[in-house]
Amino acid sequence: MSAKHAVTSLVLAGAVSTALATLAAAGPLTKAEGEAAMAAKKEKCFGVALKGQNDCAAGPGTTCQGTSTVDFQGNAWKFVQGGTCTSIELPNGKKGSLKPV
Amino acid sequence: MLPEPSLPFAAAFAPALLDPARSTPSVVTGPNGKAAGRRYDVYRNNVTVSLIDALAAVYPAVQRITGPEFFRAMARFHVRSHPPTSPLLFEYGRDFPAFIEAYEHAQDMPWLADVARIERAWLDAYHAADAAPLSPARLSAVTPDHLADLVFVPHPAARCLRSQYAAVTIFAANRDGAPLPRIDASTPEDALITRPAFDVTVHRLPPGGAVFADGLISGLSLGEAAASALDAAAGFDIAANIAGLIEAGTFISLACGDPS
Amino acid sequence: MSTVIQPTRPAAMPLRFAMPIGGVAGTSFKPEHLADILEAGPRRGFFEVHAENYMGDGGPPHRALEAIRRDHPLSLHGVCMSIGGPRPLDKAHLARFRSLVARYQPALVSEHLAWSTHETSFFNDLLPLPYTEATLACVCDHIDQVQEAIRRPLLLENPSTYVAFRDSAMRETEFIRAVTERTGCGLLLDVNNVFVSATNHGYSALDYLADFPLSRVQEIHLAGHAEQADDEGDLLLIDSHDGPVADAVWKLYEIVIQRRGAVPTLIEWDSKIPDWPVLQAEAAAAQAILDRDQAAVFAGERHAA
Repeated sequence: MSAKHAVTSLVLAGAVSTALATLAAAGPLTKAEGEAAMAAKKEKCFGVALKGQNDCAAGPGTTCQGTSTVDFQGNAWKFVQGGTCTSIELPNGKKGSLKPV
Repeated sequence: MLPEPSLPFAAAFAPALLDPARSTPSVVTGPNGKAAGRRYDVYRNNVTVSLIDALAAVYPAVQRITGPEFFRAMARFHVRSHPPTSPLLFEYGRDFPAFIEAYEHAQDMPWLADVARIERAWLDAYHAADAAPLSPARLSAVTPDHLADLVFVPHPAARCLRSQYAAVTIFAANRDGAPLPRIDASTPEDALITRPAFDVTVHRLPPGGAVFADGLISGLSLGEAAASALDAAAGFDIAANIAGLIEAGTFISLACGDPS
Repeated sequence: MSTVIQPTRPAAMPLRFAMPIGGVAGTSFKPEHLADILEAGPRRGFFEVHAENYMGDGGPPHRALEAIRRDHPLSLHGVCMSIGGPRPLDKAHLARFRSLVARYQPALVSEHLAWSTHETSFFNDLLPLPYTEATLACVCDHIDQVQEAIRRPLLLENPSTYVAFRDSAMRETEFIRAVTERTGCGLLLDVNNVFVSATNHGYSALDYLADFPLSRVQEIHLAGHAEQADDEGDLLLIDSHDGPVADAVWKLYEIVIQRRGAVPTLIEWDSKIPDWPVLQAEAAAAQAILDRDQAAVFAGERHAA
């Protein structure tokens, strides 16, 4: 048990009951209503960042074919533009970047 | 029972597959005395390209962030040094995030390895066993004096990851194909990955949420997990996090903790 | 601890299709086609999947395969068993393969005359082996183990190859004939592989087929290939499965069907995957050849094979 905080049964009972009320409240609403009602609150505290995407990101499959793309040689690391990394910034204004060697 | 065959052909054929500096194995030949060089290269190419493609399929957001050419160069190094050990390709690339973290040319993207970790967890959740998520009714049946010792049984797909960077936002923005807004990478973000039915879902956890979720997933009691979450984040909202975890399908059932 | 709810074990799918499935054309099943396939409803034909892609515990892959299997016969095509390798078979992998066969009750179960794992590395390619008495014994032992595990005959696929081994002591057809005689396994004849290997090794595809034990063939594969060059600048074909079946391969296929009679035929298209109607049209072309043969048999013409 934590040194700083001991969570009493009373606190837990209150939290669980609030949690259950929250879960039940979403129930009777239609899906759209529920989503609208929850959206602002959830985005703050328990946001769905990504759902689904199963079709376009189902991971790798085995192959029993050869490939006609030749790409096995080389040790060169290539500097190429085109990634999204330049949109991603660190606090000092530094952006993700690909520097040529 | 046959004697263990001692056949040297595979030992002769295999080592040069992932090492273009090695010469063509002398055990192989083209027909009628023709050279085997470019012929053997077909196998080197099939192996290397198919494994790079496999990493690209596990890590599509990483590839979008770096662009395909940077990605393929980085992946080629990884494929050569860490070929798969399982014939199940969806298991491949577990050590790729650590490789990215140490990769010289990715040092300007310190958040990239954590994005990769989320992608790896996404695929694990995708293939995890099916299980019905915990019904809130089960929780409502627990009497208050048992709550502190209550243990939640995690769903096989549930995973929690913590990042010093905005890894969840970067991940999500690079998985959906839409144009990228400017992203401040410096905000720490924690991810909860679940698959309550068939859709893998990635949540951004509130402060303290990852300590709480991680604790419950790894078998801490509700009392212990709540206490450590409060240690981590003073304003931690126990109720909202219990509701959020249950709604996300993080658990499948309840167990009473050890009475000691 | 209270009882933990275990995820329900799916029962074996009921066997809804007579085996063998006869002279029908099928296609590789690709998840991106699932919506189109389900929308169109049950159709004549079958679907083939790579076994390894369905060896995860659960999730969308199994849901998709169950949906496909509900209305269509299935062919389970193993890619990674390393039957042609010198190492003992991976027991865990064999167990996974066995449980997939039990769960989905496929009409056809096949694997490759090739290897893909050495020591601890999995190479994700179908690698070649020398044809000798020693490798023959090893391959037969591996096939015995697989057939014992799945309790049914396996169909073994002839490979496409780019090199030969200096110490090969017999022809590929001889080797395959010996395997099928010793183990009782059936054969999956990949006609594109025959064409690719014949071109790459400078022999006649027709001679190969004349020497091939056609009576043991219970499935046929057709696929597209790509063209490259060897060290001497001569044509080297790559078994790339990334386009339509070549005219020369269709011609060989017709010859095989005339000799062997109609057998389930798969269009393999695994890379640069086209829209579902394109793949379907390729299967329809194979079906037309099968139907023409079956009509001829019905009309009283007999097969030589």
